[in-house]
Amino acid sequence: MAHFLHEVWIARFALLQGLALTLWLSVISICVGTVLGVLGGIALTYGGRFTRWPVRAVVDALRGIPVLVLILAVFYLLTFAGINFTAVQSGLIALSLFSGAHMAEIVRGALSAIPQGQIDAGKALGLSPFRIFLLVLLPQAVRMIIPVWINTGAELVKTSTLLSVIGTGELLFRTQEIIGRNFMTLEFYGLAGALFFLINFIIEKAGQAVGRRFALR
Amino acid sequence: MGYSFNFGVIWARFDVFLLGLALGLALALAALAIGTILGLIAAFAAQAGGLRRRLVAIYVSVFRNTPLLVIVLFVYFGLPHWGLRFGKFESFILALAVYSGAYLTEVFRAGLDGVPKGVIDAGRAVGLHQFALIRLIVLPIMLRNCLPALGTTFISLFKDTSLAAVIAVPELTYEARKLNTETFRVAEAWATASVLYLVTCLMIAQGLRLVERRFPKF
Repeated sequence: MAHFLHEVWIARFALLQGLALTLWLSVISICVGTVLGVLGGIALTYGGRFTRWPVRAVVDALRGIPVLVLILAVFYLLTFAGINFTAVQSGLIALSLFSGAHMAEIVRGALSAIPQGQIDAGKALGLSPFRIFLLVLLPQAVRMIIPVWINTGAELVKTSTLLSVIGTGELLFRTQEIIGRNFMTLEFYGLAGALFFLINFIIEKAGQAVGRRFALR
Repeated sequence: MGYSFNFGVIWARFDVFLLGLALGLALALAALAIGTILGLIAAFAAQAGGLRRRLVAIYVSVFRNTPLLVIVLFVYFGLPHWGLRFGKFESFILALAVYSGAYLTEVFRAGLDGVPKGVIDAGRAVGLHQFALIRLIVLPIMLRNCLPALGTTFISLFKDTSLAAVIAVPELTYEARKLNTETFRVAEAWATASVLYLVTCLMIAQGLRLVERRFPKF
Protein backbone atom coordinates (compact mmCIF):
# COMPACT_ATOMS: atom_id res chain seq x y z
CA MET A 1 0.00 0.00 0.00
CA ALA A 2 2.77 2.43 0.91
CA HIS A 3 4.49 1.49 -2.33
CA PHE A 4 1.29 2.18 -4.29
CA LEU A 5 0.78 5.57 -2.62
CA HIS A 6 4.38 6.44 -3.38
CA GLU A 7 3.83 5.57 -7.07
CA VAL A 8 0.65 7.65 -7.14
CA TRP A 9 2.58 10.59 -5.66
CA ILE A 10 5.26 10.26 -8.36
CA ALA A 11 2.56 10.11 -11.06
CA ARG A 12 0.36 12.85 -9.60
CA PHE A 13 0.92 15.41 -12.36
CA ALA A 14 0.35 12.89 -15.15
CA LEU A 15 -2.86 11.74 -13.47
CA LEU A 16 -4.13 15.28 -12.98
CA GLN A 17 -3.31 16.18 -16.59
CA GLY A 18 -5.16 13.09 -17.77
CA LEU A 19 -8.13 13.91 -15.57
CA ALA A 20 -8.21 17.48 -16.87
CA LEU A 21 -8.10 16.31 -20.49
CA THR A 22 -10.85 13.74 -19.87
CA LEU A 23 -13.12 16.44 -18.42
CA TRP A 24 -12.21 18.93 -21.15
CA LEU A 25 -12.87 16.42 -23.94
CA SER A 26 -16.22 15.47 -22.39
CA VAL A 27 -17.38 19.05 -21.86
CA ILE A 28 -16.42 20.27 -25.35
CA SER A 29 -17.95 17.28 -27.10
CA ILE A 30 -21.21 17.47 -25.13
CA CYS A 31 -21.43 21.19 -26.02
CA VAL A 32 -20.76 20.68 -29.74
CA GLY A 33 -22.94 17.58 -29.67
CA THR A 34 -25.80 19.55 -28.11
CA VAL A 35 -25.68 22.21 -30.82
CA LEU A 36 -25.58 19.52 -33.54
CA GLY A 37 -28.31 17.57 -31.76
CA VAL A 38 -30.69 20.53 -31.40
CA LEU A 39 -30.27 21.35 -35.11
CA GLY A 40 -30.67 17.68 -36.04
CA GLY A 41 -33.66 17.22 -33.73
CA ILE A 42 -35.44 20.26 -35.19
CA ALA A 43 -34.72 18.99 -38.71
CA LEU A 44 -36.09 15.55 -37.80
CA THR A 45 -39.28 16.94 -36.25
CA TYR A 46 -40.21 19.87 -38.47
CA GLY A 47 -38.10 19.37 -41.61
CA GLY A 48 -39.59 18.52 -44.97
CA ARG A 49 -38.99 15.19 -46.62
CA PHE A 50 -35.70 16.28 -48.19
CA THR A 51 -34.30 17.57 -44.90
CA ARG A 52 -35.58 14.79 -42.71
CA TRP A 53 -34.41 11.91 -44.84
CA PRO A 54 -30.65 12.68 -45.03
CA VAL A 55 -30.54 13.70 -41.35
CA ARG A 56 -32.27 10.45 -40.36
CA ALA A 57 -29.74 8.45 -42.42
CA VAL A 58 -26.74 10.19 -40.83
CA VAL A 59 -28.15 9.90 -37.28
CA ASP A 60 -28.96 6.20 -37.71
CA ALA A 61 -25.55 5.47 -39.23
CA LEU A 62 -23.74 7.25 -36.39
CA ARG A 63 -25.81 5.35 -33.82
CA GLY A 64 -25.49 2.01 -35.59
CA ILE A 65 -21.71 1.71 -35.66
CA PRO A 66 -19.56 1.22 -32.55
CA VAL A 67 -18.02 4.45 -31.22
CA LEU A 68 -14.58 2.87 -31.32
CA VAL A 69 -14.98 2.24 -35.07
CA LEU A 70 -16.17 5.84 -35.52
CA ILE A 71 -13.15 7.14 -33.59
CA LEU A 72 -10.66 5.02 -35.54
CA ALA A 73 -12.33 5.84 -38.87
CA VAL A 74 -12.26 9.61 -38.24
CA PHE A 75 -8.68 9.48 -36.93
CA TYR A 76 -7.23 7.41 -39.77
CA LEU A 77 -9.27 9.04 -42.53
CA LEU A 78 -8.32 12.58 -41.49
CA THR A 79 -4.66 11.68 -41.17
CA PHE A 80 -4.71 9.78 -44.43
CA ALA A 81 -6.50 12.55 -46.31
CA GLY A 82 -3.51 14.74 -45.42
CA ILE A 83 -5.55 16.95 -43.11
CA ASN A 84 -3.29 17.39 -40.15
CA PHE A 85 -5.43 17.04 -37.09
CA THR A 86 -3.94 15.94 -33.79
CA ALA A 87 -5.31 12.90 -32.00
CA VAL A 88 -7.18 15.19 -29.58
CA GLN A 89 -8.79 17.14 -32.43
CA SER A 90 -9.91 14.07 -34.37
CA GLY A 91 -11.09 12.50 -31.12
CA LEU A 92 -13.18 15.60 -30.43
CA ILE A 93 -14.71 15.41 -33.90
CA ALA A 94 -15.63 11.74 -33.44
CA LEU A 95 -17.07 12.23 -29.93
CA SER A 96 -19.03 15.34 -31.00
CA LEU A 97 -20.56 13.49 -33.96
CA PHE A 98 -21.44 10.58 -31.66
CA SER A 99 -23.07 12.74 -28.99
CA GLY A 100 -24.71 14.91 -31.66
CA ALA A 101 -26.47 11.87 -33.12
CA HIS A 102 -27.72 10.80 -29.68
CA MET A 103 -28.83 14.33 -28.78
CA ALA A 104 -30.69 14.65 -32.10
CA GLU A 105 -32.74 11.59 -31.18
CA ILE A 106 -33.38 12.95 -27.66
CA VAL A 107 -34.41 16.40 -28.94
CA ARG A 108 -36.68 14.81 -31.56
CA GLY A 109 -38.33 12.69 -28.88
CA ALA A 110 -38.90 15.70 -26.62
CA LEU A 111 -40.24 17.96 -29.38
CA SER A 112 -42.61 15.35 -30.75
CA ALA A 113 -43.94 14.69 -27.23
CA ILE A 114 -45.34 18.24 -27.09
CA PRO A 115 -49.04 18.17 -28.05
CA GLN A 116 -50.03 19.78 -31.36
CA GLY A 117 -52.54 21.90 -29.39
CA GLN A 118 -49.65 23.92 -27.96
CA ILE A 119 -48.60 24.98 -31.46
CA ASP A 120 -52.21 25.78 -32.38
CA ALA A 121 -52.55 27.87 -29.22
CA GLY A 122 -49.42 29.80 -30.20
CA LYS A 123 -50.86 30.42 -33.66
CA ALA A 124 -54.14 31.56 -32.14
CA LEU A 125 -52.23 34.15 -30.13
CA GLY A 126 -50.74 35.40 -33.39
CA LEU A 127 -47.14 34.36 -32.63
CA SER A 128 -44.71 33.89 -35.50
CA PRO A 129 -43.38 30.32 -36.04
CA PHE A 130 -40.02 31.34 -34.60
CA ARG A 131 -41.63 32.82 -31.49
CA ILE A 132 -43.83 29.74 -31.11
CA PHE A 133 -40.68 27.64 -31.07
CA LEU A 134 -38.81 29.97 -28.71
CA LEU A 135 -41.62 30.75 -26.25
CA VAL A 136 -43.88 27.69 -26.39
CA LEU A 137 -41.97 24.62 -27.52
CA LEU A 138 -38.43 25.22 -26.26
CA PRO A 139 -39.25 25.74 -22.54
CA GLN A 140 -41.30 22.52 -22.49
CA ALA A 141 -38.69 20.55 -24.45
CA VAL A 142 -35.82 21.70 -22.22
CA ARG A 143 -37.63 20.35 -19.17
CA MET A 144 -37.79 16.90 -20.78
CA ILE A 145 -34.30 17.03 -22.26
CA ILE A 146 -32.21 18.08 -19.25
CA PRO A 147 -32.29 14.82 -17.24
CA VAL A 148 -31.46 12.74 -20.34
CA TRP A 149 -28.86 15.32 -21.34
CA ILE A 150 -27.03 14.80 -18.04
CA ASN A 151 -27.12 11.03 -18.62
CA THR A 152 -25.58 11.56 -22.04
CA GLY A 153 -22.85 13.62 -20.39
CA ALA A 154 -22.01 10.77 -18.00
CA GLU A 155 -22.04 8.34 -20.92
CA LEU A 156 -19.65 10.63 -22.78
CA VAL A 157 -17.15 10.67 -19.89
CA LYS A 158 -17.03 6.87 -20.15
CA THR A 159 -16.83 6.94 -23.94
CA SER A 160 -13.90 9.36 -23.85
CA THR A 161 -11.71 6.52 -22.49
CA LEU A 162 -11.83 5.02 -26.01
CA LEU A 163 -9.74 7.96 -27.17
CA SER A 164 -6.79 6.37 -25.35
CA VAL A 165 -6.64 3.98 -28.32
CA ILE A 166 -5.63 6.79 -30.72
CA GLY A 167 -3.21 8.21 -28.17
CA THR A 168 -4.87 11.28 -26.68
CA GLY A 169 -3.38 11.82 -23.24
CA GLU A 170 -6.66 11.45 -21.34
CA LEU A 171 -6.88 9.70 -17.98
CA LEU A 172 -6.85 6.09 -19.23
CA PHE A 173 -3.94 6.76 -21.61
CA ARG A 174 -1.95 8.40 -18.80
CA THR A 175 -2.75 5.43 -16.59
CA GLN A 176 -1.40 3.08 -19.24
CA GLU A 177 1.79 5.14 -19.48
CA ILE A 178 2.23 4.96 -15.71
CA ILE A 179 1.65 1.19 -15.75
CA GLY A 180 4.23 0.91 -18.53
CA ARG A 181 6.75 2.24 -16.02
CA ASN A 182 5.84 0.48 -12.77
CA PHE A 183 3.82 -2.56 -14.00
CA MET A 184 1.26 -2.06 -11.21
CA THR A 185 -1.66 -3.02 -13.44
CA LEU A 186 -4.16 -4.01 -10.77
CA GLU A 187 -3.61 -0.92 -8.64
CA PHE A 188 -3.55 1.69 -11.38
CA TYR A 189 -6.40 0.33 -13.51
CA GLY A 190 -8.31 0.12 -10.23
CA LEU A 191 -7.42 3.75 -9.49
CA ALA A 192 -8.52 4.85 -12.98
CA GLY A 193 -11.76 2.94 -12.55
CA ALA A 194 -12.35 4.54 -9.16
CA LEU A 195 -11.73 8.04 -10.55
CA PHE A 196 -14.13 7.50 -13.45
CA PHE A 197 -16.66 6.06 -11.04
CA LEU A 198 -16.35 9.12 -8.84
CA ILE A 199 -16.85 11.57 -11.74
CA ASN A 200 -19.90 9.72 -13.03
CA PHE A 201 -21.32 9.17 -9.56
CA ILE A 202 -21.26 12.92 -8.97
CA ILE A 203 -22.88 13.54 -12.37
CA GLU A 204 -25.51 10.88 -11.61
CA LYS A 205 -26.40 12.43 -8.25
CA ALA A 206 -26.48 15.93 -9.77
CA GLY A 207 -28.70 14.56 -12.52
CA GLN A 208 -31.13 13.08 -10.00
CA ALA A 209 -31.31 16.37 -8.12
CA VAL A 210 -31.93 18.33 -11.32
CA GLY A 211 -34.45 15.71 -12.46
CA ARG A 212 -36.45 16.22 -9.25
CA ARG A 213 -36.25 19.99 -9.69
CA PHE A 214 -37.62 19.79 -13.25
CA ALA A 215 -40.19 17.08 -12.60
CA LEU A 216 -43.71 17.92 -13.75
CA ARG A 217 -46.00 18.37 -10.81
CA MET B 1 -6.06 14.07 -53.49
CA GLY B 2 -5.51 11.10 -55.74
CA TYR B 3 -7.07 8.36 -53.66
CA SER B 4 -8.53 5.61 -55.79
CA PHE B 5 -10.72 3.04 -54.13
CA ASN B 6 -9.65 -0.57 -54.32
CA PHE B 7 -12.12 -2.94 -52.73
CA GLY B 8 -10.18 -5.93 -54.14
CA VAL B 9 -8.07 -5.95 -50.94
CA ILE B 10 -11.24 -6.16 -48.88
CA TRP B 11 -12.77 -8.83 -51.06
CA ALA B 12 -9.63 -10.99 -50.76
CA ARG B 13 -10.06 -10.95 -46.96
CA PHE B 14 -13.79 -10.76 -46.74
CA ASP B 15 -14.02 -14.17 -45.05
CA VAL B 16 -11.79 -12.88 -42.23
CA PHE B 17 -14.09 -9.89 -41.81
CA LEU B 18 -17.13 -12.13 -41.64
CA LEU B 19 -15.42 -14.43 -39.12
CA GLY B 20 -14.62 -11.34 -37.03
CA LEU B 21 -18.27 -10.33 -37.22
CA ALA B 22 -19.40 -13.81 -36.15
CA LEU B 23 -16.92 -13.74 -33.25
CA GLY B 24 -18.34 -10.36 -32.14
CA LEU B 25 -21.86 -11.79 -32.17
CA ALA B 26 -20.72 -14.86 -30.22
CA LEU B 27 -18.98 -12.69 -27.60
CA ALA B 28 -22.09 -10.53 -27.23
CA LEU B 29 -24.35 -13.59 -26.91
CA ALA B 30 -22.13 -15.21 -24.27
CA ALA B 31 -21.97 -11.96 -22.29
CA LEU B 32 -25.73 -11.48 -22.60
CA ALA B 33 -26.37 -15.03 -21.34
CA ILE B 34 -24.19 -14.61 -18.24
CA GLY B 35 -25.36 -11.03 -17.76
CA THR B 36 -28.99 -12.16 -17.85
CA ILE B 37 -28.35 -14.67 -15.07
CA LEU B 38 -26.51 -12.03 -13.00
CA GLY B 39 -29.24 -9.47 -13.68
CA LEU B 40 -32.04 -11.87 -12.70
CA ILE B 41 -30.32 -12.87 -9.47
CA ALA B 42 -29.62 -9.23 -8.61
CA ALA B 43 -33.15 -8.05 -9.48
CA PHE B 44 -34.77 -10.72 -7.30
CA ALA B 45 -32.24 -10.15 -4.50
CA ALA B 46 -33.02 -6.42 -4.51
CA GLN B 47 -36.70 -7.25 -3.98
CA ALA B 48 -35.82 -8.93 -0.70
CA GLY B 49 -34.74 -5.54 0.62
CA GLY B 50 -32.31 -4.84 3.48
CA LEU B 51 -28.63 -5.62 3.02
CA ARG B 52 -29.20 -7.49 -0.24
CA ARG B 53 -30.90 -4.47 -1.77
CA ARG B 54 -27.98 -2.25 -0.78
CA LEU B 55 -25.41 -4.69 -2.20
CA VAL B 56 -27.28 -4.80 -5.52
CA ALA B 57 -27.42 -0.98 -5.56
CA ILE B 58 -23.64 -0.85 -5.10
CA TYR B 59 -23.07 -3.43 -7.88
CA VAL B 60 -25.30 -1.53 -10.33
CA SER B 61 -23.85 1.86 -9.45
CA VAL B 62 -20.20 0.72 -9.70
CA PHE B 63 -20.50 -1.01 -13.06
CA ARG B 64 -22.79 1.54 -14.68
CA ASN B 65 -20.47 4.39 -13.77
CA THR B 66 -17.16 2.81 -14.78
CA PRO B 67 -16.04 2.79 -18.43
CA LEU B 68 -16.19 -0.65 -20.04
CA LEU B 69 -12.66 -0.29 -21.42
CA VAL B 70 -11.27 0.19 -17.89
CA ILE B 71 -13.13 -2.93 -16.72
CA VAL B 72 -11.80 -4.94 -19.69
CA LEU B 73 -8.20 -3.84 -19.03
CA PHE B 74 -8.59 -4.41 -15.28
CA VAL B 75 -9.81 -7.98 -15.81
CA TYR B 76 -7.25 -8.88 -18.48
CA PHE B 77 -4.13 -7.17 -17.08
CA GLY B 78 -5.01 -6.54 -13.44
CA LEU B 79 -6.66 -9.69 -12.10
CA PRO B 80 -3.66 -11.97 -12.85
CA HIS B 81 -1.98 -10.17 -9.91
CA TRP B 82 -4.55 -11.83 -7.67
CA GLY B 83 -3.83 -15.17 -9.36
CA LEU B 84 -6.98 -14.93 -11.49
CA ARG B 85 -5.58 -15.54 -14.97
CA PHE B 86 -7.99 -15.77 -17.92
CA GLY B 87 -7.40 -15.96 -21.66
CA LYS B 88 -8.30 -12.89 -23.71
CA PHE B 89 -11.66 -14.33 -24.85
CA GLU B 90 -12.69 -15.35 -21.32
CA SER B 91 -11.48 -12.03 -19.89
CA PHE B 92 -13.51 -10.04 -22.37
CA ILE B 93 -16.66 -12.13 -21.91
CA LEU B 94 -16.30 -11.84 -18.13
CA ALA B 95 -15.86 -8.05 -18.27
CA LEU B 96 -18.76 -7.56 -20.69
CA ALA B 97 -21.00 -9.94 -18.72
CA VAL B 98 -20.48 -8.21 -15.38
CA TYR B 99 -20.95 -4.83 -17.07
CA SER B 100 -24.15 -5.87 -18.84
CA GLY B 101 -25.43 -7.55 -15.67
CA ALA B 102 -25.59 -4.12 -14.02
CA TYR B 103 -27.70 -2.69 -16.84
CA LEU B 104 -29.88 -5.81 -17.01
CA THR B 105 -30.56 -5.62 -13.26
CA GLU B 106 -32.33 -2.32 -13.87
CA VAL B 107 -34.15 -3.78 -16.87
CA PHE B 108 -35.42 -6.76 -14.86
CA ARG B 109 -36.39 -4.62 -11.88
CA ALA B 110 -38.57 -2.52 -14.15
CA GLY B 111 -39.94 -5.74 -15.66
CA LEU B 112 -40.74 -7.10 -12.19
CA ASP B 113 -42.62 -3.93 -11.33
CA GLY B 114 -44.66 -4.46 -14.47
CA VAL B 115 -46.05 -7.83 -13.32
CA PRO B 116 -49.62 -7.17 -12.16
CA LYS B 117 -50.16 -7.93 -8.47
CA GLY B 118 -53.43 -9.66 -9.31
CA VAL B 119 -51.84 -12.56 -11.21
CA ILE B 120 -49.44 -13.20 -8.31
CA ASP B 121 -52.38 -13.30 -5.88
CA ALA B 122 -54.18 -15.60 -8.31
CA GLY B 123 -51.15 -17.92 -8.34
CA ARG B 124 -51.10 -17.99 -4.54
CA ALA B 125 -54.82 -18.64 -4.48
CA VAL B 126 -54.43 -21.80 -6.57
CA GLY B 127 -51.79 -22.94 -4.07
CA LEU B 128 -48.49 -22.39 -5.96
CA HIS B 129 -45.32 -22.35 -3.89
CA GLN B 130 -42.92 -19.41 -4.12
CA PHE B 131 -40.61 -21.15 -6.64
CA ALA B 132 -43.44 -22.39 -8.87
CA LEU B 133 -45.03 -18.96 -8.67
CA ILE B 134 -41.85 -17.32 -9.98
CA ARG B 135 -41.17 -19.96 -12.63
CA LEU B 136 -44.70 -20.28 -13.99
CA ILE B 137 -46.14 -16.81 -13.57
CA VAL B 138 -43.66 -14.05 -12.73
CA LEU B 139 -40.78 -14.99 -15.07
CA PRO B 140 -42.80 -15.46 -18.29
CA ILE B 141 -44.67 -12.17 -17.90
CA MET B 142 -41.58 -10.30 -16.78
CA LEU B 143 -39.35 -11.62 -19.58
CA ARG B 144 -41.98 -10.69 -22.16
CA ASN B 145 -42.13 -7.18 -20.69
CA CYS B 146 -38.33 -6.98 -20.85
CA LEU B 147 -37.99 -8.26 -24.42
CA PRO B 148 -37.57 -4.85 -26.12
CA ALA B 149 -35.01 -3.73 -23.52
CA LEU B 150 -33.15 -7.05 -23.78
CA GLY B 151 -32.99 -6.53 -27.53
CA THR B 152 -31.50 -3.04 -27.32
CA THR B 153 -29.04 -4.30 -24.69
CA PHE B 154 -27.94 -7.06 -27.08
CA ILE B 155 -27.41 -4.55 -29.91
CA SER B 156 -25.37 -2.26 -27.68
CA LEU B 157 -23.35 -5.24 -26.34
CA PHE B 158 -22.65 -6.27 -29.93
CA LYS B 159 -21.31 -2.79 -30.64
CA ASP B 160 -19.29 -2.93 -27.41
CA THR B 161 -17.52 -6.10 -28.60
CA SER B 162 -15.43 -3.73 -30.75
CA LEU B 163 -13.49 -2.97 -27.54
CA ALA B 164 -12.16 -6.53 -27.57
CA ALA B 165 -9.83 -5.32 -30.37
CA VAL B 166 -7.86 -3.48 -27.67
CA ILE B 167 -6.79 -6.78 -26.07
CA ALA B 168 -6.17 -8.33 -29.53
CA VAL B 169 -9.30 -10.47 -29.79
CA PRO B 170 -9.60 -10.94 -33.57
CA GLU B 171 -13.12 -9.56 -34.03
CA LEU B 172 -14.27 -7.19 -36.77
CA THR B 173 -12.71 -3.96 -35.47
CA TYR B 174 -9.38 -5.73 -34.89
CA GLU B 175 -9.40 -7.11 -38.45
CA ALA B 176 -10.30 -3.73 -39.94
CA ARG B 177 -7.50 -2.09 -38.00
CA LYS B 178 -5.04 -4.78 -39.08
CA LEU B 179 -6.01 -4.39 -42.73
CA ASN B 180 -5.73 -0.62 -42.35
CA THR B 181 -2.17 -0.73 -41.03
CA GLU B 182 -1.00 -3.50 -43.37
CA THR B 183 -2.38 -2.24 -46.68
CA PHE B 184 -3.14 1.45 -46.00
CA ARG B 185 -6.57 0.94 -47.59
CA VAL B 186 -7.92 3.29 -44.92
CA ALA B 187 -11.26 4.27 -46.41
CA GLU B 188 -12.10 0.76 -47.57
CA ALA B 189 -11.23 -0.88 -44.25
CA TRP B 190 -13.37 1.47 -42.13
CA ALA B 191 -16.20 1.71 -44.66
CA THR B 192 -16.47 -2.09 -44.76
CA ALA B 193 -16.37 -2.45 -40.97
CA SER B 194 -18.95 0.32 -40.51
CA VAL B 195 -21.33 -1.11 -43.09
CA LEU B 196 -21.03 -4.62 -41.64
CA TYR B 197 -21.80 -3.35 -38.11
CA LEU B 198 -24.65 -1.20 -39.36
CA VAL B 199 -26.28 -3.96 -41.43
CA THR B 200 -25.95 -6.47 -38.58
CA CYS B 201 -27.51 -4.06 -36.06
CA LEU B 202 -30.40 -3.34 -38.43
CA MET B 203 -30.96 -7.06 -38.99
CA ILE B 204 -30.97 -7.80 -35.25
CA ALA B 205 -33.46 -4.97 -34.70
CA GLN B 206 -35.69 -6.31 -37.47
CA GLY B 207 -35.46 -9.85 -36.07
CA LEU B 208 -36.47 -8.56 -32.64
CA ARG B 209 -39.52 -6.86 -34.07
CA LEU B 210 -40.59 -10.23 -35.48
CA VAL B 211 -40.04 -11.98 -32.13
CA GLU B 212 -42.01 -9.28 -30.30
CA ARG B 213 -44.90 -9.72 -32.69
CA ARG B 214 -44.75 -13.50 -32.25
CA PHE B 215 -45.16 -13.13 -28.46
CA PRO B 216 -47.86 -10.55 -27.80
CA LYS B 217 -47.50 -8.37 -24.74
CA PHE B 218 -49.28 -9.50 -21.60
